[in-house]
Amino acid sequence: MEKLSGSEMVVRSLEDEGVEFIFGYPGGAVLHIYDALFKSKKIPHILVRHEQAATHAADGYARATGKPGVVLVTSGPGATNAITGVATAYMDSIPMVVLSGQVATHLIGEDAFQETDMIGVSRPIVKHSFQVRHAEDIPITIKKAFHIASTGRPGPVVIDIPKDLTKPEDLFEYSYPKSVKMRSYSPASRGHLGQIKKASRLLLGAKRPVIYAGGGVILGRSSDLLKELAEYLNFPVTNTLMGLGSFPASSAQFLGMLGMHGFYEANMAMHNSDVILAIGVRFDDRVTNSVDKFCPGAQIIHIDIDPASISKTVTADVPIVGEVRTVLVEILKQLKEETDKNSCSARKGSLDDWWHQIEMWRKENGLWTDRRYPNSDQIMPQQVIECLNRVTGSDAFVTSDVGQHQMFAAQYYRFDKANRWINSGGLGTMGFGLPAAMGVQLAFPNEIVVCVTGEGSIQMNIQELSTCTQYNLPIKIVNLRNNYLGMVRQWQDMQYEGRHAMSTYEDSLPDFTKLVSSYGHVGFEIKELSDLEDIMEEAFSIKDKLVFLDIFVDPAEHVYPMHVAPNGAMNDMWLSKSKRT
Amino acid sequence: MRRIVSVLLENEPGALSRVVGLFSQRGYNIETLNVAPTEDPTLSRLTLTTIGDDKTIEQITKQLNKLVDVVKLVDLTEGSHLERDLMLVKIRTGAEQREEIKRTVDIFRGQIVDVGPEIYIVQLVGTGDKLDSFIAAIGCSEVLEVARSGVAGISRGEKILSA
Repeated sequence: MEKLSGSEMVVRSLEDEGVEFIFGYPGGAVLHIYDALFKSKKIPHILVRHEQAATHAADGYARATGKPGVVLVTSGPGATNAITGVATAYMDSIPMVVLSGQVATHLIGEDAFQETDMIGVSRPIVKHSFQVRHAEDIPITIKKAFHIASTGRPGPVVIDIPKDLTKPEDLFEYSYPKSVKMRSYSPASRGHLGQIKKASRLLLGAKRPVIYAGGGVILGRSSDLLKELAEYLNFPVTNTLMGLGSFPASSAQFLGMLGMHGFYEANMAMHNSDVILAIGVRFDDRVTNSVDKFCPGAQIIHIDIDPASISKTVTADVPIVGEVRTVLVEILKQLKEETDKNSCSARKGSLDDWWHQIEMWRKENGLWTDRRYPNSDQIMPQQVIECLNRVTGSDAFVTSDVGQHQMFAAQYYRFDKANRWINSGGLGTMGFGLPAAMGVQLAFPNEIVVCVTGEGSIQMNIQELSTCTQYNLPIKIVNLRNNYLGMVRQWQDMQYEGRHAMSTYEDSLPDFTKLVSSYGHVGFEIKELSDLEDIMEEAFSIKDKLVFLDIFVDPAEHVYPMHVAPNGAMNDMWLSKSKRT
Repeated sequence: MRRIVSVLLENEPGALSRVVGLFSQRGYNIETLNVAPTEDPTLSRLTLTTIGDDKTIEQITKQLNKLVDVVKLVDLTEGSHLERDLMLVKIRTGAEQREEIKRTVDIFRGQIVDVGPEIYIVQLVGTGDKLDSFIAAIGCSEVLEVARSGVAGISRGEKILSA
């Protein structure tokens, strides 16, 4: 059997696992590993400028490809810098393996230089973690980490490796395990057949149904089945922020996003529904508004791979624990059997009233049916996203940061495919967008990758412009510049009588076009609406360079609809600054 | 409602901190906690008591089950079970109280396991309630120190918690 050092085993295990990229940053505790990586040359390593960006880039890669992202950082500050990205991945159930260096075994616990208890620090934000105790355990630990990260409800796994275990002079027999079995880890696969039958009958009897589909459909690679099911039943579909793209936005059955900044028609349909089919969602507080008032007339079928997500905030009438794919296949089978048996061809017609009602809502206040934002002599942020949607033919990978621009992108970009909308939904991490876009662009070098951001968020990881130069990543950055922390300002307008406490940078913002050009990128400023489409077309025609579009938008604009929170129901919304439901 | 949850846990470093961390992270309370190895050296058995409504307990057991180190768990209070807490109490005893304390210890079926000139150490096994009533019977002013193991529990009959 082949003999390798600990550090060689780390690198070889990652190669044998099929890892395509490592995002990382070297430092003392991982130098043996970096040396082994340097010698092997098989897996490209992306040197970021801050470890947070390494985790976000790995996260973006994972969201776009469905494969686990891989991060390598050193001990102490390297590990703690990575934490925000680990928490981001944890909240959105993104598969990720983070290898962190650790001080040598004999120094652990002695407050050694660059020592941090990474296992302890990361404990509440990982799916699982390992500290390797013996070098010979490295291959099996890495195998287990990838297995845990990518199966069941995915999530980040940390492997902490003390430096002495990676010494080049100590050699061990190496073989990479083909599979792994853990007695304490066996995620659910098939749903309970009795529950599936119950769900199917409920679906067939529904008068005012809605399908509420989330990130779990994307993680479970089941958008094809979601579409088949929705079309078979002729049910309307709404997506969560995380679920956008799991159902084609171009379908007439699509109601748009639901929740705090959800579409009027989506929130109204939910509130008035009699049956909700919830798939891969978690009834998050940004969706439900007040749980006590949530969809009073609805019976809820909830499909999720994680039993702890079911009945956590809203009680499910028909809980189904299982992989979304296997469950949807079963449901479709049951539905077809039931309909054949009862030959209910009148099924589709029976939803006419419901669809008529939905069309009324769309007509009244639908987000896409009419211009839902005010006329202004300035560029409106919504117009920018609509323009982006046109210029990129609804087919770009769009990452975003967090704030108003994120909501505008979620509302106005029309995602037809899964894995294209990449944002920090659960944790709401500003600074996510640019590094995430790097991970996406590396995975898909020939696709259009856009980062929609604001001048607050982009400055949280703006150092990554340098990484983009080093690896030639032609990302397009769309900066909705309003000179405020826009979402903070919106809340201050609505709840603090317009006192804009510390939500503006006054005159301290850089000239972004000059800034990006100093990195070798291209920058354009857009201040006039008449220039918007032309300059955007020009930006996207530059295929080989990063282009930064600094677009000056109306600073006073708010995101609507907006739930009347915290004590409102799904249908309690502000529709504009003056209009409430 | 008070619940007793018994957990079989991989006997691995860090496993206990994941369980305890889960409780503080999600705002659940732990009344007592007891953990020790089992007949299988790769497994620890952890028993904890907690108070919560049905919904909270359901979440606690689901979240515990999600921990990769948790092999199996059972809510003992769902069925017929035995629970025991072990207590060591150091009691100050003047000459005139010794007889009375000895009688009380006998009534509670405890044992005096150490005797000093003015000190008794009493060992008592039972449910939490029984131990509480013993302390009440002795009177707080005489009790110098209390060490309790926390509840250990097991279900009655054929039901077995095993990997």
